Amino acid sequence: MKLLDRLLHRQEPPSGEIARERLRLVLAHDRANISPGLLEVLKDEIIAVISRHVPIDPEGVQVTYTEGPRINRLVADIPLRTERRAQRR
Amino acid sequence: MSARVVTITSGKGGVGKTTVTANLGVALAMRGQRVVTIDADIGLRNLDVMLGLENRIVYDLVDVVEGRCRLRQALVRDKRLQELYLLPAAQTRDKSALRAEDMVRVCDELRESFDFLLVDSPAGIEQGFRNAVAPADEVLIVTNPEVAAVRDADRVIGLIEAEGKGPARLIINRLKPELVRRGEMLDMEAVLELLAIDLIGIIPEDETVIMAANTGRPVAFADNSPAGRSFHQIARRLMGEEVPFAPLKEPGFLERLFRWMRSEGEEQR
Repeated sequence: MKLLDRLLHRQEPPSGEIARERLRLVLAHDRANISPGLLEVLKDEIIAVISRHVPIDPEGVQVTYTEGPRINRLVADIPLRTERRAQRR
Repeated sequence: MSARVVTITSGKGGVGKTTVTANLGVALAMRGQRVVTIDADIGLRNLDVMLGLENRIVYDLVDVVEGRCRLRQALVRDKRLQELYLLPAAQTRDKSALRAEDMVRVCDELRESFDFLLVDSPAGIEQGFRNAVAPADEVLIVTNPEVAAVRDADRVIGLIEAEGKGPARLIINRLKPELVRRGEMLDMEAVLELLAIDLIGIIPEDETVIMAANTGRPVAFADNSPAGRSFHQIARRLMGEEVPFAPLKEPGFLERLFRWMRSEGEEQR
C-alpha cells in the first residue's frame, strides 16, 4: 500500500524507511572500514592503472562495496572504450 | 553460587543505559535476586540519582580501588528492597582513575555474594567503556530506534565481539508505536535486521520514566506502566525464563504491534 501511495502521489517514502536505507549503507561502510571517500580514491587509482594498459571509459567506471551473506566484496565495473577490436579477436 | 556480570552499554550517550540499569536492578531484586548495580561512569555518575540513593553515598568505586575503604563499606543498600545495592562511581575523578583490572577484581570479589552484578557503562568506546566491559559475562546493548543510536550500537557490537564478550543482546528503548505505525520511525524488525543481533527487550516511550527519574523511584517498582512491565520482562529473560515476544511474521505489522503491546501487559507475572 505504501508503494501504491508513492506511485499515485509521487510522495517521498516515510522517514522510517529512509532511515533504514541510510543505515544500511552507513553500517556497510562502517563495518568494512571503507568510506565513500576511500571508494573515490580507489576508483581514481584503478582508472590510472588500467588506462595505462587498456583504453577505458573513465566516466563509466564504478567501484562499489557490497555486503553479502558470507563475503563482502569490492566490485569494479570498468567499461572498455573499443568494442570492435574485442569482437575481431 | 556465583553472580553473573551483565554490562549495559550503548556507544551513544543519552539512549537510556542508566535508566535500564536502575530498572533491571529493581526488577531483578523484586524477583528475589541479590543484585549490585555498579556505576562505571567515573566523573559523570547518575545511577545514584536514578535509584534515589544519592544522599546515602559515603564511599565510591575509586575509594575501593585505591584502598580507602573496604568494598562492603562502599555498597549502598536500597532500603525499599531486600537485596539491591549500588556501588557508586566517583564524581570528582575521571576515567583514568580506574583500570580494566580494577573492575575485574572488584566484580570477582562481589561474585560469590550476589546473583547479578549490573555494570552501567559510560557512553563512548574509550577507556571507560573498556573498564565496564572487562568484567562482563554478558553484554546488553541499549539503543533507540534512531539513525545515530543504531549506528553507534553497531560499532559497539563489533567491539564486544572482538573482545570475545559476544554475542551481545539488544534492548530497543523509547520506541514510539504511534510513530512506527505511521512509518516515521524505525521498527523493531528493521533495527534487528540492521544490527543482526538477538533482542532481549523493547521498551516503549513512556512519560512515567521521566517522572520516575524526577523522584528517584524507578518505574519497575510498579507494574502499571508500559515501561515498567517491559523491564520486568527483560529481568525474567535475564533469569532464563522464556518470555515470548509477539509472533514475528504472519499478521500485518499493525496488528502485530498492538498484540505485542497487549501481551507485554498480560505476561507480566
